[in-house]
Amino acid sequence: MNKVYNNRAWWLILPMLLLVAFSAIIPLMTVVNYSVQDVFDAHTRFFTGTEWFVKMLNDPMLQGALLRQFAFSLTILAIEVPLGIGIALLMPKRGWQASVVLILVTMPLLIPWNVVGSIWQLFTRGDIGLMGWSLRELGYGYNITASPVDAWATIILMDVWHWTPLIALLCYSGLRSIPDAYYQAARIDRASKWSVFRYIQLPKLTNVLVIGVLLRFMHSFMIYAEPFVLTGGGPGSSTTFLSQSLTTMAIGQQDLGPSAAFSLIYFLIILLVTWVFYTAIMNMQKDDNKGA
Amino acid sequence: MAEITLKSLAHSYSKNPAEPQDYAIREMNHVWHQGGAYALLGPSGCGKSTMLNIISGLLEPSNGEVLFDGKVVNSLPPEERNIAQVFQFPVIYDTMTVYDNLAFPLRNMKTPEARVHERVMEVADVLELTSQLKRKAKNLSADEKQKVSMGRGLVRDDVSAILFDEPLTVIDPQLKWKLRRKLKEIHHRFRITMVYVTHDQLEASTFADMIAVMYEGQVVQFGTPRELFETPNHTFVGYFIGSPGMNFLDVTVRDGKVFSGEAQLLVDNRVHDGIARATSDNVKLGIRPEFIEVHQEPVEDGMEVKVEHAQDLGTYSIVYASLGGISLKARVEEDQITPVDKAWLRFPSEKIGLYVDDYRVELPHE
Repeated sequence: MNKVYNNRAWWLILPMLLLVAFSAIIPLMTVVNYSVQDVFDAHTRFFTGTEWFVKMLNDPMLQGALLRQFAFSLTILAIEVPLGIGIALLMPKRGWQASVVLILVTMPLLIPWNVVGSIWQLFTRGDIGLMGWSLRELGYGYNITASPVDAWATIILMDVWHWTPLIALLCYSGLRSIPDAYYQAARIDRASKWSVFRYIQLPKLTNVLVIGVLLRFMHSFMIYAEPFVLTGGGPGSSTTFLSQSLTTMAIGQQDLGPSAAFSLIYFLIILLVTWVFYTAIMNMQKDDNKGA
Repeated sequence: MAEITLKSLAHSYSKNPAEPQDYAIREMNHVWHQGGAYALLGPSGCGKSTMLNIISGLLEPSNGEVLFDGKVVNSLPPEERNIAQVFQFPVIYDTMTVYDNLAFPLRNMKTPEARVHERVMEVADVLELTSQLKRKAKNLSADEKQKVSMGRGLVRDDVSAILFDEPLTVIDPQLKWKLRRKLKEIHHRFRITMVYVTHDQLEASTFADMIAVMYEGQVVQFGTPRELFETPNHTFVGYFIGSPGMNFLDVTVRDGKVFSGEAQLLVDNRVHDGIARATSDNVKLGIRPEFIEVHQEPVEDGMEVKVEHAQDLGTYSIVYASLGGISLKARVEEDQITPVDKAWLRFPSEKIGLYVDDYRVELPHE
């Protein structure tokens, strides 16, 4: 076969490049631009190099927020993933019950973030909130504005309520795509319930779980509206996560240089964690003994 | 190892079956003897897979009994029937190695690891999987995966029977031959009862000693491949077995002669008497294309036909002829001259079958 080489074909990727430039590269570059300069006004600016980055990495407030952020993301993943799988396994497979349960499970996903925050804010109030009032009546001095433990528990509970359905739905669709023959073969092989889960269902769920975990990690790492509405980051700074710290710095204090540096670090952390996770999972699926 | 008996078995997927059409399997009796190699042959939707699932216990029949060695097993789940089943699409445990896949049924039965190893190595050897044992099953090709599926059925040496549900559908044609031979070899070696479901007559006749042909939820004939070919019990078996299928002509008698439509058929008196005796209107004469004699010149008892066209299939040709508007197919061997325009056909009387209401009837003796 004669392959025709025509370098003019490179022009065909131009529209795509333009699109990506406007949607990602140019906005990102403006952030890069701010992160290496100290801007006073339209005419006065100083090049600062890596100064902002060093400053941000050594800032105890941001370090605290970063640690809290990781603690939060890992906690909700550790709860939502097993819980989501469990719910998916229990959901009815067919008939009208399946439709009803699907709708009920999907409901929390349809509620906007700040509305979720408001709902939980009301729900946890000690005077009129169902949960807050009930806990108090039961003798527990529940108060999210005073107790960091209560605030944390509530934020985690809220996130679990809001986002476990996503994992459950993904897993449900994954489970539905397993052909009946697998279950029949397992019965004939006398596999226990646990073996069916471990060797059939879980492996078939790997792909949807990778998507689910990545989505939930990125999402939770950027969480903003819900804790902001619920606790405002308090008590103290106990529930102040990265994006809220960033907002305070960029909008509240107009510290554009440090905020830009911080944004880039934030972005790179998400990118790095996502990449490490994805690569690890993909490597696990490879044959350790190719063709041997 | 067991003899499997189906006693007045019937199955319907609907809750309140009324019509015979509601039944996936209509009431039937059948025995699969210990150690036989059987095929269950029939078109899609004739109830083959339903029957297989009833035997393995994945499905509980709505009527009748399934007996293993005379013991009713209707309510026993597959794991207690000790049966192995290989499905149409390979079922493997993705995350396990080939070795662990093969060992899985044994380990589930708490077999000592030394025995597991021995059995896995033996089965891997038979299936030529020894070199693949350490690979992840997920990364195998389709035919290797299907071999692993089969291997899991073979690894237990005490199974009552192995059921195959069109296991070679996903396999390349060349490999099909190889795997089928392998299965026969395994059957000879282990003498396990095997029931092989297929819709491919060639597959059925190369694998099985006895074939059960199913049609609309019933076994219409159970016999050797040769019996199915030479004396089909039912018009469906005539159509389905052979390529092309059997010729069937609606026949009647008038004034001591046999007619199909307006065309007179020159056949034996016994055929005439057989038709005359039948009480039904649905009387068909059946003859295989292979058994029709084709002549270039007029012969005694030869019926003149118009040759529509001929299909050359290399070693033989199929002649499509019209006898007074009724189309007939006849096979002409390579060394014979294929007629054009006109030919004379003769129906050897010992090769003619008479079918009343689709079932074969014996011709009266002279």
